[in-house]
Amino acid sequence: MSSADITASAGGNAPAEPRHGLRLFLMWFWLALAADLVIWFVWYPHMPPGRMSVAAAGQQFDIAVLAISGAPVVIFVLLYFTYALVVWRARPGDDSDGAPIHGHVKVQLAWIIGTSAIVLWLFGFGTYELIVPAGAGGGEGPSPIWTLAGTQSSTWSPGSNDILQVQVIGQQWVWTYRYPQFGGFESSELYLPVNTPIEFHVTSLDVIHSFWAYKLGIKADANPDADNVAYTTAKATGGFEVRCNELCGIWHGAMYNSGQVVSPSAFESWASGVRAKEQADGVLSALPPYALTYDPTVVAQLGKQIVNVDGITGAAGYYYGPGNPVTP
Amino acid sequence: MSVPARAAALIVAFLIVVGLGVFIGYYYIGSATTQLPTVHYTASDGQVNVVLQEDPQNNSATRPDWVSYFVQDPVSKQWLHTTLFTVPANTKVNMTIYGYDGCTPLRNNYWSQIQGTIGGTVTVSQFDQHGKEYVTNDTTSDINSWSNCNVGHTFAIPDLGLFVPVASPNAQLSANYLCSSSPCTPQGNPYAVETFSFMSPGQTGSYRWQCLIPCGGGFLDGNGGPMQTLGYMMGFMYVVAS
Repeated sequence: MSSADITASAGGNAPAEPRHGLRLFLMWFWLALAADLVIWFVWYPHMPPGRMSVAAAGQQFDIAVLAISGAPVVIFVLLYFTYALVVWRARPGDDSDGAPIHGHVKVQLAWIIGTSAIVLWLFGFGTYELIVPAGAGGGEGPSPIWTLAGTQSSTWSPGSNDILQVQVIGQQWVWTYRYPQFGGFESSELYLPVNTPIEFHVTSLDVIHSFWAYKLGIKADANPDADNVAYTTAKATGGFEVRCNELCGIWHGAMYNSGQVVSPSAFESWASGVRAKEQADGVLSALPPYALTYDPTVVAQLGKQIVNVDGITGAAGYYYGPGNPVTP
Repeated sequence: MSVPARAAALIVAFLIVVGLGVFIGYYYIGSATTQLPTVHYTASDGQVNVVLQEDPQNNSATRPDWVSYFVQDPVSKQWLHTTLFTVPANTKVNMTIYGYDGCTPLRNNYWSQIQGTIGGTVTVSQFDQHGKEYVTNDTTSDINSWSNCNVGHTFAIPDLGLFVPVASPNAQLSANYLCSSSPCTPQGNPYAVETFSFMSPGQTGSYRWQCLIPCGGGFLDGNGGPMQTLGYMMGFMYVVAS
């Protein structure tokens, strides 16, 4: 196109250029609004991990808010891309260059303000959600910065505001659970009372595992010689699955079992029953005193005492501490 | 290098990597299961009798010092160095486990408790190296490995909620007279015999079983070696249509 052609085009004979910015804004606004409404009212109630616990509901809310925040951005990018392809495409026979690009204060300001607002919003929302009760869902530690949902106590009864303590013990390749407020009995089943603040103490007997009660929104690493604390409050009765979420050996994939959220009275009845049975069977007294970890060194020392007493030093099956592997 | 030559080199390199992966998968995973025999148990009058033994060593050429289970062929009565066996679905499984390995303190004494058997108990007899029976048909709901040291290993099928500590010779016998040649026999060796029953599930399929005592001597925390290898301290119970 020659300079004469450009001058002629700009002379007023060409049709007026539509207001692309307004067009794009209106299309984006209605599409983004529709998407956000669909996300909030249709998708959000079905988003993982559900609403079985406070932690799970919190995570579901976070995912929904992030989806609502992200959808307008995604729609803007795709819309602009599609609009450019359709509206600003080169017509047949048009070999001209595009118009030169100059600085545009409004566009630059909109870009800076828009992206800054998005980043600040994500920062503010994420920070707030981390510090609200049970915000992180798991691994909050023994002294979270938020106020606990109940009172820490050495006992628990239905109707009290006491936190129920549950120790989660991983070992290749099963989970077991101890209830220190019920004499420290141990179970291969995880029972929890509904509407009760729960404090999980997660540890391991051997290698690194990860306790993942997906529907409860809880995931915490189970490390040997470590006590990893996580909190939640179950809000609905029903079953849930516990899986290991850390590659822990050849049968890591099979390391799962199920749990139940029941009414507080049903839980107390179950816990009292298991405790009584383990007392009668002698298993309760055979368990080591409740501690926040299963320290392999402590176990080895206990084993050595037994070895000395019974005179089986060197017998096959002697416990092997991490720093002292023994070849039989 | 021309484009076709580079493309050909890339394809050859890709095929080599895939071939290595297939070879490793077959050699280390495929052969580990296919070389193990599977013992088939058939039901009679709605029951099936499964017989195992656990030894302080085994008769393999490559890992003779690993602790190991053996499974008895119901027809030939031969002990096979395998941990794979089949049982019919919905059938009462009567287990007999001969414990020749020495006693081992359980890391988690919760596994002292018998779980998932019919009646919640097992019956234990123990014999010394002369064949003298010093515990006779003791039916119990737990075997405390710490106070008495009478547990050698465990037999657990987690998917069925079956957790059973397997009795061993006592501490003194374990220390001095353990069987040293596998498969072990009652002659000249102290041992325990443990029996219990459970119902096989109605759903056919593969049910893993394992020992819950870290008994892999020489491995970190005792969790490696035989604990992680089919044919030693872990296996499959295949439930087939009855």
